[in-house]
Parts: sequence; C-alpha cells; structure tokens
Amino acid sequence: MSGDIIEAAFEDRFERFTLNAAFTAPNRGITALFGPSGCGKTTVLRCLAGLERVRNGRCRIGGETWQTPDTFIPPHRRAIGYVFQEPSLFPHLTVRGNLLFARRGQPPAGAAETAAFDDLVSLLRLEPLIDRNPERLSGGERQRVALARALLSRPRVLLMDEPLSALDQEAREEILPFLERLHRTLDIPVIYVTHDLQEIERLADWLVLLERGRVIASAPLDRVLGDPALPLARRRDASVALDAQLAGFDAAYGLLELRIAGATLRVPGTPPDPAGPLRLRIRASDVSIALAPPGPSSILNILPATIVSAQPQGATDMLVVLQLGAAGEEGTRLLARITRRSWETLGLALGQPVQAQIKGAALAFA
Amino acid sequence: MPALSPEIWSAIRLTVQLAALTTLILIIFGTPIAWWLARSPRWYKEVVGTLVALPLVLPPTVLGFYLLLALGPDGPGGLLAQSWGARTLAFTFEGLVIGSVIYSLPFVVQPIRNAFEAMGDRPLEVAATLRASPARAFWTVALPLARPGLLTGAVLGFAHTVGEFGVVLMIGGNIPGETKVLSVAIYDFVETLRWREANILAFGMVVFAFLVILSVTLLDRRLRRRAK
Amino acid sequence: MDLSPPLRTALRILAIAIGLASGPAAAEKTLVAVAANFTAPAEDIAAAFAAASGHQAVLSYGATGQLFAQIMQGAPYEVFLAADAERPARALAEGLAVAGSGFTYAVGRLALYGREPGTATGPDSLHLGPGERIAIANPDLAPYGRAAIEVMQALDLEDRLRPTFVIGTTIAQAFQFVETGNTAIGFVALAQVIGRSEGNYWPVPASLHAPIRQDAVLLAAGKDNPAARVFLDFLRSEAAHKIIAAYGYDAAMAE
Repeated sequence: MSGDIIEAAFEDRFERFTLNAAFTAPNRGITALFGPSGCGKTTVLRCLAGLERVRNGRCRIGGETWQTPDTFIPPHRRAIGYVFQEPSLFPHLTVRGNLLFARRGQPPAGAAETAAFDDLVSLLRLEPLIDRNPERLSGGERQRVALARALLSRPRVLLMDEPLSALDQEAREEILPFLERLHRTLDIPVIYVTHDLQEIERLADWLVLLERGRVIASAPLDRVLGDPALPLARRRDASVALDAQLAGFDAAYGLLELRIAGATLRVPGTPPDPAGPLRLRIRASDVSIALAPPGPSSILNILPATIVSAQPQGATDMLVVLQLGAAGEEGTRLLARITRRSWETLGLALGQPVQAQIKGAALAFA
Repeated sequence: MPALSPEIWSAIRLTVQLAALTTLILIIFGTPIAWWLARSPRWYKEVVGTLVALPLVLPPTVLGFYLLLALGPDGPGGLLAQSWGARTLAFTFEGLVIGSVIYSLPFVVQPIRNAFEAMGDRPLEVAATLRASPARAFWTVALPLARPGLLTGAVLGFAHTVGEFGVVLMIGGNIPGETKVLSVAIYDFVETLRWREANILAFGMVVFAFLVILSVTLLDRRLRRRAK
Repeated sequence: MDLSPPLRTALRILAIAIGLASGPAAAEKTLVAVAANFTAPAEDIAAAFAAASGHQAVLSYGATGQLFAQIMQGAPYEVFLAADAERPARALAEGLAVAGSGFTYAVGRLALYGREPGTATGPDSLHLGPGERIAIANPDLAPYGRAAIEVMQALDLEDRLRPTFVIGTTIAQAFQFVETGNTAIGFVALAQVIGRSEGNYWPVPASLHAPIRQDAVLLAAGKDNPAARVFLDFLRSEAAHKIIAAYGYDAAMAE
C-alpha cells in the first residue's frame, strides 16, 4: 500500500556532484542513508524535508505527496521533525522555550499532549535542564533537547542528519541508548543519515546506500550488509547485523541464548530490560569455516551452514556468504572472510554444507 | 552647569527629536532592507547594497546639493510640498528628516545586515522544520537573534543623525526651532566667536560621542559572545 | 676657448635648464590668499598683473574666516584679499600684516535675485506671498548678510521678513537656495549674478546699506618680497579697477 512506503526521487546538478537518487523504503523503523562524505546523503535528506528544492524531484511519504515536478510543499507545511548535524537550539530561548517553540502554531495542548510533553522530557532526561540556556548545555545535552524538540512538533517522519557526528565518543554513548529506546517506544519512521557503520549496525532496519549522488542499494539492513556485490561487504570491517530473540539466559556463565533464523547463538551479556529483539553484530573476520564439526573446541558457536556464494577479495582472501541451518532452510546469512589458500585446501564449493565457527558474536550495544 | 539659553535648549530639543524620528524610521524601513540584502540570492542585491552604503563615502556637500535639488520645486520633494501649497521641503523639519534618513541609512542597515548574515540559514531552517511560517520565523527567531545588530544600528543611526552637519547646513536654512540643530548651532557659535557656548555644546558632543562608541563596542562584544 | 660644437650646445642647454629652475632674477612669485567671492576677478587681475609686471601671483581661495585662521597659524601667504574689512584690521592689529599696508580694494554690491522672471525687480519684490521665504547670508557671519538686514531696515521691512528668513552660512549658499528654486528670492552679491543670462535681479542701491568693504593687506611674510608690493600697487591701478567694476563691485574708494 502506498501509505506504508517512502518514495523519493531527486535529480539536480550541484556544484560538486550530480544528484540522481531514487529509492523506496518502508514507512516504519529506521531507514539509514549511508555513504561516503560527499555522496549526497545530506542533500537527499534536505530534499525530503523541503529545505532543498531540486529541479526535478518527487517525494511521497506515508500517502502524503510533498513534491512532484509541479508541486512543492514548503518545509514548514511538512509534518517532519528534523535533527541537524550540529545541535541547533535557538540561543535566545531556554530549553523550555525551545521545546515550546515546536508546540506553538499547533492546536492547543490537551491533557494527553501535556502528558506526551512530560513523557518525552523524562524519556530524554531533560528535567534538570529545562530552565537552562542552550549555551550552558553540553553537546550531548543540546542534541537531546534538539531531538525532543523535533519530536514535539508531532512529526509523521523524523529526519536525522548525522546527529552524533558532531559529538565526542562520550556524548555519542549518551545519545545512542535514547535513539534505540525511541526506536522501540515511538512509532515514528526515522530517516537517518550517517557515514558511521557502527551506528547503522546498531540502529538501522533498512539501508539506502549512496555513492556519488546515486542510490546503489535500498534493502533491509542484513541484505545490504551481507551482499558481496555491494561495497559494505568488501570492507575489512564488514559484518552482518541481526535481530535476535532472547531464548534463554545461563546465569552461571553469564551467557545469553539468542535465536536467529536457522540457529541459536550463545553470547556473553546480561539480559536487557524489555524482552524485545536484540541486535547482534558478527564480523566477517570472526567467522571461520570447517568441513566437519571439529573436536572439542573453545569456540562457543559452531553452526551448520551452506555456502551460498563466494568471491575473491584482493590477492589473498575469499569472501564467503553462509546460510545458517539445514540445506534448503531460509536461514540467516553470515559473511565469512577466509584465505584463498584455505578455500582451496578445504576444497570448498558453492552449495557445500559446512560448519560456521563464530569466534566472537557480540551484542551490537554494550 | 551654566544655564543654557532658550536658543540652545531649542537646538538640543530639535536635535533629539530629529535623531529619534530618523532612527525610528530607519529601524522600520532599514530592517526589511537589511533582511533582503542579507538573504536575497539576486545578483543585483550588491548594487542596492552599494547604493545604501554610498552616504558613507559621499561628502555631505554632494548629498546636500542633490537633496536641495530633490526637495526643491524642480524635484519630487517640491511636488509633494505643492500639494499643501508650499514651495519646497527644504528648510523644514520634514526635509531634515528625509535628509537624515538617507544620510544615516548605512549606519543602521549595515549592522542589522551583518547580524542577519552572521545568523546564517540554520536558525530559519530549524524554525521551518518546526512548522514556523517564514513570517513567524522572522518575528520569533530572526529578529530576536539580530537584536544586538538592531541595537547597534539604532545607536549608530541616532548618534550619526545628532552629529550630522553638512547636509543640515545645506538643506536646513538655519531656522531656529525648525532646522537649527546642535551641530549648526555649534558652528554658528564658533564662527561668531561665542566660545563659551561653543565649548559647552562641543564638550557635550564629545562626551556623547564617547558614550555612543563605547556602548556600541560593548554591544558588539556581546553579539560576538552570543554567536559563539 | 675652443670647444667642440656638440659640447657647446650641451652647455647652452644646461645653462637654459639652470635658468629655468631658478627663474629670471626680475620675475618673482607672490602667494595671495583670496576671499572666495573674489575668485573670478582675482584670476583676471593676476593675468593682467603677470602681463604688466612679469611677476606671478599664485592664488589660494577660501572663506575669509578660514584664510584668516590659516594666517594666524603661520600660513605663508604674502597678500590677503579679504571679503571684509574686519579681518585685515585684525591682522594689522595683531602684527600679522605690515602696518599701513591696508586699503579697500573693492566694495561689494548687494543684489536681490530671483530665478523666475519678474520676481526681483525692486523694493516691491520684497513683499512676499504667503508661505514664501527669502534667502540671506548669515548676518552674524557674512558682511552681505549684515548688509541685507540693513536694506530691510532701511525699507522698514525687517520685522515682516525676519520670520521668513532662510539663512545660508555664506553668500554662496544664499545664492544656491534661490538658484535651486527652494526660495523665490534672496539677497546675493551682485558679483554672483551680474553676468548671468538666466534669472533676474535688482541691484540694491548702495545708499541702502553701509558699504561692504573688502580690504587688502600686505602680510608679514610678504614684507620683503617686491612682487607682493607690486601686486598690491597693481590692485589699485586703473587696469585693475576696470576688471573689478566689470564683476559688479564698486572700484576702490579712497582710504
């Protein structure tokens, strides 16, 4: 249904690059726009917001048309929330003033809405900051206020332009949990621009990959991460990110049992509060391949899998896509980086059943 | 303080009235001009900006001369004056206001324009993403953020009008209570060797100018601290 | 001496060059400070003076008050042609000028001037219409302004006209006010309007105001420059008087 998707297509010539980006994404969850700097991802986001008006553009979000070649809805008439890269609070207003700015010009607040305001303030832990001036806030605090402010304008979609990139590591770690919580508690689709793979592994559900002004992929996160034809899988730090279900907890060893399609993994960690999906990150370099189940091993996770594809990486390596579970099962796909020598010594081939040994499956969030 | 003659008080009152009215008009009309100059993408905006800045470098005699022609019966001012049966707008308080507005225009527009430019696009983009219409964004975001620039412009405009001499001399006609402002009065006192009065007023002007420049400097520092 | 022709030529050129640099012994320069209103006649007089004497008068123009202030500050002027009698008198009194060198070189004449035809024909033109104003020079600063007041007093019109005054700092400004049409009429110097083809004027009879004397003095700096004295003598000559009269001034009166 057209109400459930985001459709965008923007074409224009800019000083530094030509934009010709078209993609479709689900109108729920977090959709990440990812690519190297200068690929046009921020421009695409600004086009979605209407802050940038390209010569030839189309934009439909959740059944609302914001731009066609003939029509252009100005940004202040679009139900968006926008979080800028650098925290952009109004310096002449207090935190409260900034938050209330988002509410002005909207129907008067009922009790429910006042509650929503208070909920958001407490969700983002803004109570102690509420009467301060922005200049007296840290970078992370400002970005939290900016996020709350964007949400208070009751957006139908939240647009975020590298909201963490201007922050130091500490402030990032301060914000990320809020974003994850937001993801789970609020039912607002988010379009999130970033060039940081880690953020994507932790947050994104859908990934739009951009390169020099063009969209080269738009698909669910694990598909894009695990597609050897795409540049992400070819990175040295390539990994897959998977949503797992908590199946059990071995308190004696502090191991979580996590179920993914086609396998159950044991991962060190503590059970998180809500029993929702947990995100796992498995690096290609942490996955090795054995022909048969090895003898006694220190490796916790040794899982049956099938080789789905393989291609050489540079002079020495092979990038192998494994599908977990018994042959024919639609199991989770993993990436494995092994040497070409191993590939040939073991006599591996496509469709071959193997054992995937996972040295370090890690929760994507600490 | 020695008692001042009614003539001097009249000049002081007239000067303050002229400067206050000029400043008010300049803030009202200068702000939209500054806004347009700061934000318009049009190529010819710098042409307009240059026109606005011209009084900075033109000698007052040039402005005064053209104003004399423009206000007189051969110019638009005279045409206007004829509608109430007068010959000219020169030698009137209204004429002085027109002259002062033109003469002090850059001193008001420039600081406001700078403030609007220093603010950048971002606050307005933020306002737009929070559903503020351009008009609301202007009143609730751009104007408050430009407040130091507006204050600087107002102070400079007021001070510059008080200190204006050449143009007033050329279009004023030195009429007590109507166009004889402080600077002209000082000139007369100096030329007629009434140095006691000249001294009182001139020293007062020095103190006034000092306070103005000091306050503008302090305002400017505040503006910059804010911008950080 | 037996010099080769090229060398002789070179020496001759050198001699001429030196001669040009120092000037002929007989021809001297003199620096003259001239009141601005006397600019045009002063140029003609300087030209005639150069032709007659071989000396050169270098003219600097300015408002009389400003020139006087410069003289007080030690400006190197040798002759001072003022627009009034006061400043030369003060120069004499303060020892800035050579005693006994002062005399009246011209007497200014006042004119009532109007841009539109028929607006300045005689005393009747001073009966202004409603809302009309009259331009004069500042009577406290300019001799022509004072003379204008005297004329109105003589015609018994001063009280009636005073509220309509538009006051220019100088007589030049009073002229400007009329010429740009901002006032219908104004009292100006006859010298400003005498040669003009446009506008019309009434030469105010000299009997209606005290004479507007313009005095000249030899300044201390010119005491030992013969050219300065010769220039002052020339200013009193028949030739100079003709030029002065042609510009609308009464030629010099006896001291």
